[in-house]
Amino acid sequence: MRHRTRRAGTAAGMLARLAGARRRFHPADPRPDAPPAGGWEVVTVNRPPNEVLPGGRRPEPLRRLGHAVQVDVWPAPAGRGTELAARIRPGAALPGLAAHVAGDDPDRVVRTALRQAKQLAETGEVLNADRSPIDRGLAG
Amino acid sequence: MRALCWTGAGRVAVRQVPDPELRNGHDAIVRVRLSATCGGDLPLLAGRAPYLADGDVLGHEFLGEVVAVGPQVHRHRVGDRVVVSSTVACGSCWQCRSGAPWCCDNGNLVPEASELAYGQAVPGAFGRPTAAGGFAGGHAEYVRVPYADVGAFGIPDEVSDERALFAADAAPAGWLAAELGGVHPGAVVAVWGAGAVGQLTARAASLLGADRVIIMDPREDRLRMARRHTDAETVDPRHPDIPAELRERTGGRGPDICVEAVGPAWDGRPRSLAERLTGAAERPPAVHEAMHSCRKGGTVVVLGEFTGQVDAFPLGAVGAKGLRVRGARQHGAGQVPTLLERMARDELRTEHLATHRLPLEEGARGYALFRDRRDGCVRALFSPDLPPAG
Ligand SMILES: NC(=O)c1ccc[n+]([C@@H]2O[C@H](COP(=O)([O-])OP(=O)(O)OC[C@H]3O[C@@H](n4cnc5c(N)ncnc54)[C@H](O)[C@@H]3O)[C@@H](O)[C@H]2O)c1
Ligand SMILES: [Zn+2]
Ligand SMILES: [Zn+2]
Repeated sequence: MRHRTRRAGTAAGMLARLAGARRRFHPADPRPDAPPAGGWEVVTVNRPPNEVLPGGRRPEPLRRLGHAVQVDVWPAPAGRGTELAARIRPGAALPGLAAHVAGDDPDRVVRTALRQAKQLAETGEVLNADRSPIDRGLAG
Repeated sequence: MRALCWTGAGRVAVRQVPDPELRNGHDAIVRVRLSATCGGDLPLLAGRAPYLADGDVLGHEFLGEVVAVGPQVHRHRVGDRVVVSSTVACGSCWQCRSGAPWCCDNGNLVPEASELAYGQAVPGAFGRPTAAGGFAGGHAEYVRVPYADVGAFGIPDEVSDERALFAADAAPAGWLAAELGGVHPGAVVAVWGAGAVGQLTARAASLLGADRVIIMDPREDRLRMARRHTDAETVDPRHPDIPAELRERTGGRGPDICVEAVGPAWDGRPRSLAERLTGAAERPPAVHEAMHSCRKGGTVVVLGEFTGQVDAFPLGAVGAKGLRVRGARQHGAGQVPTLLERMARDELRTEHLATHRLPLEEGARGYALFRDRRDGCVRALFSPDLPPAG
């Protein structure tokens, strides 16, 4: 189900944007001018930057991914909220359970975490799927 | 509970499935009183949609009674009679807040599926493949409704179930088409398809002040119905050159707004393995005609739900004629409250479209009637409360 070209497009777009003048707000990045190594995923969150990273603290569930993941935010244009970006630091590995879940696709874990952070900030919840009959103990 | 499930190409059956449960604070559980078939179900039924799985519950047009609400639901209480919008939107993302809930970022459980197909995650909907982020549908005793404050609408007492049911999808789709098309007093509007969606598009265009509304359909019985229940004029389906006829009726200009409310050309055939593997394209003759007929600088609105690619799209007309092409899968947040008021005032009547009412158990027969358009069927309605015949 992964779409390679989409990922490539996203990363290329991120590189261009991170290099550009629109990058204005980076409380979480200790070296805002360091050249990015790529692999960024990004979502737009319809909340102001200080609500997306309150006090510079990264939101759940990104926080759970630990320092293997680098997070950045800056305002989205035209009042659309905040662009929230994350990537796995070059050479770093996801911690414990996340690494297990990620398997050979850690970027997808980052992407999912970003979407969930967006949903939490926008709607207060992560949208849950129905539980399967097995999870509900109803199978058979 | 009992639910009408897809069980393979061309087949549906009522099965016992687990009752839905509240999974989010914004959820409500609705006990269904009435649900309806829709043209958008036909490609699913035929097995032409990728991702649909054995056991997925169909039905995106339904209404019923709220039987449980999560702690974040503020606009509905247990006992409320509500009609539920077919598309799932959160009400909080930038798209929702800027009045385009049909572009919601959050109402999908498997965003990767539509990202792969269309480049962006699109909202989920009831009765759509769960593997592509859809939600269990309304042809069932109970439905879980996420973001219930946004997607469920209280029904005024004066409005019957048979009428309010059309506020789930067909009526707001028609209204949205008229709005996206920019229908204004004096406009000339042409509509392809005289199903429930096409007829309600014609009605919306009249209510918004269109000077003339012309509706087309190969089926004479549906045209007759459209003439009786809307202000639209019709074109003889045997006419050999519909665009020429439309040109003639519009002083040589062509209609200002052309709405396609047909969907994939339906030949009743399940999709073959070869078609699935090669992604063989559908051919949309009505879209073609709409593009061809539309006046220069006019707007073509595509309501039909196509499952992916289509062939023979007259792209040249977009540039050469300066057309605007619009489309959307309606979400009622913008329209449903007003539509329900219009229904209460008797400005919008839909009972004639509810041609068949069957117990849920007869879902397979209802879908066959609707698919083959037999016995004048325009919408088959299912009720879990009606006792099965025999
Ligand atoms: N965008 C939305 O929000 C939305 C909402 C509801 C339905 N839809 C879509 O709208 C379409 C119509 O829905 P419906 O429930 O009315 O379906 P329907 O199947 O009842 O009606 C379609 C009508 O189109 C007619 N038709 C077939 N070929 C035609 C042609 N070449 N020219 C003119 N008419 C032709 C058929 O005879 C039929 O009467 C479907 O594709 C459905 O998925 C879209
Ligand atoms: Zn529908
Ligand atoms: Zn939304």
